[in-house]
Amino acid sequence: MPRPRVAIFDFAGCEGCQLQIVNLEEALLDLLRVVDVVEWREAMSEQSDVFDIAVVEGAITRLEDEERLKRIRQKAPVLVALGSCASSGGLNKLKNRMAMSEARRLVYGRDGGVSRLDTAPVKAVSEVVKVDYLVRGCPIDRREFSYVVRCLALGREPFIPGYPVCVECRIRENACRWQEGEICLGPLTRAGCGAACPAQGAACLGCRGTCDDANLEGMASVLAQYGKSREELESRLAVFLDPDGKGVSHA
Amino acid sequence: MPRTVHLDIHPVTRVEGHGQLVVRASDGRVERAEWLVPEAPRFFEAMVRARRWDEIQPVVSRVCGICSISHSLAAVKAVEEALGVAISDDARMLRVLTHYSELLQSHVLHVGYLVAPDLMGAPSVVPLAQTNLDLVKKVVGLHRAANEWSDLLAGRTTHPLTLVPGGFTRVPAPRELEGLRRRLAGLVPMATELAEAVLAVAGAVPSFHRDTEYVALRQAGEYAFTRGDIASSDTDESRPAGEFESVANEYVTPQSTAKWTRWHRDSYAVGALARYNLNRAELLPLASKWAGMFGLGGHCDNPYMNSVAQLVECAQILEDSQRILDSLAGRDLKDTRVEVHPAAGEGASAVEAPRGILFHRYAFDEKGVCQSANLCIPTNQNHGNLQKDIESLVPGLLHLGQDEIRLRLEMLVRAYDPCISCSTHFLKVRFI
Repeated sequence: MPRPRVAIFDFAGCEGCQLQIVNLEEALLDLLRVVDVVEWREAMSEQSDVFDIAVVEGAITRLEDEERLKRIRQKAPVLVALGSCASSGGLNKLKNRMAMSEARRLVYGRDGGVSRLDTAPVKAVSEVVKVDYLVRGCPIDRREFSYVVRCLALGREPFIPGYPVCVECRIRENACRWQEGEICLGPLTRAGCGAACPAQGAACLGCRGTCDDANLEGMASVLAQYGKSREELESRLAVFLDPDGKGVSHA
Repeated sequence: MPRTVHLDIHPVTRVEGHGQLVVRASDGRVERAEWLVPEAPRFFEAMVRARRWDEIQPVVSRVCGICSISHSLAAVKAVEEALGVAISDDARMLRVLTHYSELLQSHVLHVGYLVAPDLMGAPSVVPLAQTNLDLVKKVVGLHRAANEWSDLLAGRTTHPLTLVPGGFTRVPAPRELEGLRRRLAGLVPMATELAEAVLAVAGAVPSFHRDTEYVALRQAGEYAFTRGDIASSDTDESRPAGEFESVANEYVTPQSTAKWTRWHRDSYAVGALARYNLNRAELLPLASKWAGMFGLGGHCDNPYMNSVAQLVECAQILEDSQRILDSLAGRDLKDTRVEVHPAAGEGASAVEAPRGILFHRYAFDEKGVCQSANLCIPTNQNHGNLQKDIESLVPGLLHLGQDEIRLRLEMLVRAYDPCISCSTHFLKVRFI
């Protein structure tokens, strides 16, 4: 069976998810025996117009980038959104909280009017084209990426948890961040990361998006019993789960 | 021989972010030689506005996946200064070690994965895995060790979890630090093999010199990475981190979505070569030996040698880490997280990211909510200097074939180890 040809593309983001692919280290050398990477600007000079799987990192912030993404989709039998920026727009959407003209004036001052600084409101990849698979997280979990790619190479459906981070947190026997007086978004957030943040003594920020049946109001009422205000909760939600202030997203 | 050249390299590959090179020459006359930055601006500045003091680090870490530890350190240092927080000596030493892990990871990635293919005549590391598997395995092994070092101290490799205002959310147990000490000692022979492999092909590093102003941190008695004043190779005068705006003097240029900078001249350079030129007297013995081995000399103004300076820093990092780990050995760490109370205030910081000096500044209201941010990224500071290098380099290349000109220019861009997506993320901003 020929190895599926994989091309990796990037839009607006920190490129940390591509770095997680590099960080597979020896396992990447093994993965390269299963798939044939034909284009990857960050790591390779080789380029190709023909591929079986497109992996797309980053959020979409300009009309020209929407066009480029549509061209990629036309050529791609399968498209995988890589990381939080591609999956949901990620924290790039914090920009959408303010009018573009205001953001430009604040950042670039009186030089902010020039056209090269034109950007549109931030969109997730799925808001522009059809996405077949999501590898969530900021950054992605590299083992999950490797698992999804191997599933695609074998023609199997990957299993991605629908339950919250709290489930994995209990399995790891982490101390609950709520008991430490912190606002942890584990109850709302899709698992699959192995509760990476609470395991390091840090609260979950919700980077993998919401879990199935996320109960925001239930969590807010329990948080109130812990003496936390709605305002503090909203501030935490803003980082990943509600960056544009339009309500908690369900990517 | 008069030559006609028309190059438009977009995007430049094997760099972080999107850059473009345009060169046009006819009859041996250079009409255009430009470095352009078309990266999509992310308006990160808008993102930190109205965020609370303890949400700054998680947000700004996302500026850059490769130097997220440097951004996190710069953020927590500036927040601590703004809120009047003093951390313990143990926490400070652990931060230096955490920062070293990122410097090693980033330098190995750059030299091993992105630059080595040019020196060995390959388009990427992928074919090298067929032809030079032993060397690739050494690079991978070093990279993995550096990442696991980050995992231990920062909680993970990218977007660190343990670095917070006040210190660390979690610190390693004494036995974990002892394990790290032994592990790092074992990396020296691996790093030496990588250095020797690069030395064997160092003849492929182009020779190009241009008198340049270099800017880096300087702290008496150490090869400065995380503290000190901002120093220049042009003058003995240095400035505290809190005055970084008077060093960078950022300005807008039509060819870039990133701002450029200038201090004593039209441009200056930051990065490993700048640090080497300003701090070489402070190098520890092994790093000093490597600098001699590669002929870096007393002062080097060949920008292509930045990758070699990064290798020298790998030796410095491994040696200095042993010293720090010896001093921490066998004892429980003290006061690694002090309590932080929100307060009104402003603070600035300077940290040497892998690709050069990085500045952050934040101001907070009495509830600890961010009112303004001003951040200046190393790659921003290098854009102008890279442009000057290209202008100076191109006329001397016109006798070469177009492919060779292209390669020399791409190698120059890569030598700077640019982080272009970073450089368009943070531009000076005042929230009014």
